[in-house]
Amino acid sequence: MPRFLGFLVFGLALVGCTRTESTETGTAADGAVGVADSSTVTIKGSDTMVILGQRWAETYMKANPAVTIQVTGGGSGTGIAALINGSADICESSRPMKDQELASVKTKRNAPAIEVKVALDALAVYVNAKSPLKEISIPQLAKIYGGETTNWKDVGGPNHAIILYGRENNSGTYGYFKEHVLANKDFAAATQTLAGTSAVVNAVKGDEFGIGYGGIAYLEGVRALPVKKDDAAPAVAPSLETAQSGTYPISRFLFFYTAGNPTPTQAKFISWVTGPEGQKVISDVGYYPLPK
Amino acid sequence: MVSRASTNGERPASHLSLTRQVRWSERLAEALIKGVALVSIASVLLILIFVGKEALPVLTSAEVHREVSLTTLFAPNAEAGYMWQPVSEVPKYNVLPLFLGTLKVTFIALLFAVPLSILAALFVSEFAHKRAREIIKPAIELLAGIPSVVIGFFALVVLASWVQRLFGTEHRLNALVAGMGLSFAICPIVFSVSEDALRAVPNSYRSAALALGSTRAQTLLRVVLPAAAPGIAAAVVLGFGRAIGETMIVVLASGNAALLDFGWGTSTRTVTATIAQELGEVVVGSAHYDVLFFLGALLFLSTLAINLAGERFVHRMRKQLGGSQ
Repeated sequence: MPRFLGFLVFGLALVGCTRTESTETGTAADGAVGVADSSTVTIKGSDTMVILGQRWAETYMKANPAVTIQVTGGGSGTGIAALINGSADICESSRPMKDQELASVKTKRNAPAIEVKVALDALAVYVNAKSPLKEISIPQLAKIYGGETTNWKDVGGPNHAIILYGRENNSGTYGYFKEHVLANKDFAAATQTLAGTSAVVNAVKGDEFGIGYGGIAYLEGVRALPVKKDDAAPAVAPSLETAQSGTYPISRFLFFYTAGNPTPTQAKFISWVTGPEGQKVISDVGYYPLPK
Repeated sequence: MVSRASTNGERPASHLSLTRQVRWSERLAEALIKGVALVSIASVLLILIFVGKEALPVLTSAEVHREVSLTTLFAPNAEAGYMWQPVSEVPKYNVLPLFLGTLKVTFIALLFAVPLSILAALFVSEFAHKRAREIIKPAIELLAGIPSVVIGFFALVVLASWVQRLFGTEHRLNALVAGMGLSFAICPIVFSVSEDALRAVPNSYRSAALALGSTRAQTLLRVVLPAAAPGIAAAVVLGFGRAIGETMIVVLASGNAALLDFGWGTSTRTVTATIAQELGEVVVGSAHYDVLFFLGALLFLSTLAINLAGERFVHRMRKQLGGSQ
């Protein structure tokens, strides 16, 4: 009997794989751009931006009860994948789209991806409240997360191993940190990857020798270290002024993406977000409004 | 099953007096039940086919082979060693740390769950008063109803701190914490199945042993336990299967650092956690996507193999003991 089953499975598997092509073209056709303007807007993407997006949606829906806006997280990569597949109208992303992703949107949705900057975020480096560290430089961070520096005493802390916390690799924050701090080198294998910035903050809060990174809005119960661009530069603490002026070395824009021009309903929401009312919500959540 | 049913239907001549209609409805009911049974087999097969289909490019596609091949999946990388880092300029897909993580966490979970559950089952089936049993058995089985995300959260927030304070582990989230969390999930299964096995041992065995002058402990250890051994072995296999496939608890409690490390106090990453964390983001059809499905297929095949081997083993043991359940 098991042998018979084995043959059956193998045979069916062979039948299955010849059909790959047809399913793939099927999804491409399904992903064609919807022309009709729906009063429901689906937003998906960055975990960093999910609270911000939800607050925007709530405030906007209060003023415009006819519109329904659904916001979910999952990570910037997840949101971009959803935009490509057509399962989200707007993608929230904490990093700019890669060329390959832009091309996928174009081929699968038959329209170019449109990018809108919606907010500013300073990427904070979290340490435990008990940590004696005063500041850290980008090269030091690169060595710590690259696995070269493994003891706190090498960067002016206690003699104890550094416990690394980070994000899983579908996170825009992961991508940003990798690009701007690690210069695209690999993270150390010992980096613990947690789902969501709040999980990282929680972990660092409970770990005296932990270090983590994430959006400034999640700062709660941990300390954000002032960051030096290089070893000679002055240490800059993350704040509205330093992020807007660009003196804080790891600040970034947060984006909305749509496939093709947004429908009138979506466009109204997006311009509300970038307008004064939407920008006011940003400060309430803990991020920074766009520089004027 | 089929043959027995049909002989029943066409048995003696005296039954020919039954109306045709009864026969007809009987046939229909039989076909319906057979259909339902086939649906479950078909869904297992279809899932296997789907996973296999998505994983196959790892073996066949030249495009995928530019990034990853069977050798890079298992052999160490010249610079990075055993490294799982799929999102990288040079993606590294070594699956050994992940499988080691899975085995490590599963082993720790069994180490906690198996003795506890078997002893609990022994107590409940052999020593507990009826009333105590009526409370304890459902209470333990209720553990199975706790969603694994809740267990994972408990492990993450409470258990991890206890373990770190107790053992002074370097990583707060580690294999031990994840394994202990996991043992909560498999205890009810191992307990429930072993308890059933113990209770299925005929009372005449116990009476005979006692009548021959053995003590209660001797009866238990030399008669009841061996007679129930196949069932208990099945319980352990079931628990293993549950532990190896569990995702949420390990995602939350293991720390998810892909280290090739045999220690129980270091952060660890399992196959299931990797799939859960990474599948949401990958571009459909990319090498990374195919490798994740390949991991899924390997996991599926290994649990299948273990279940089959377990069944074989139990079957042989049952034959050897000559007992029946």
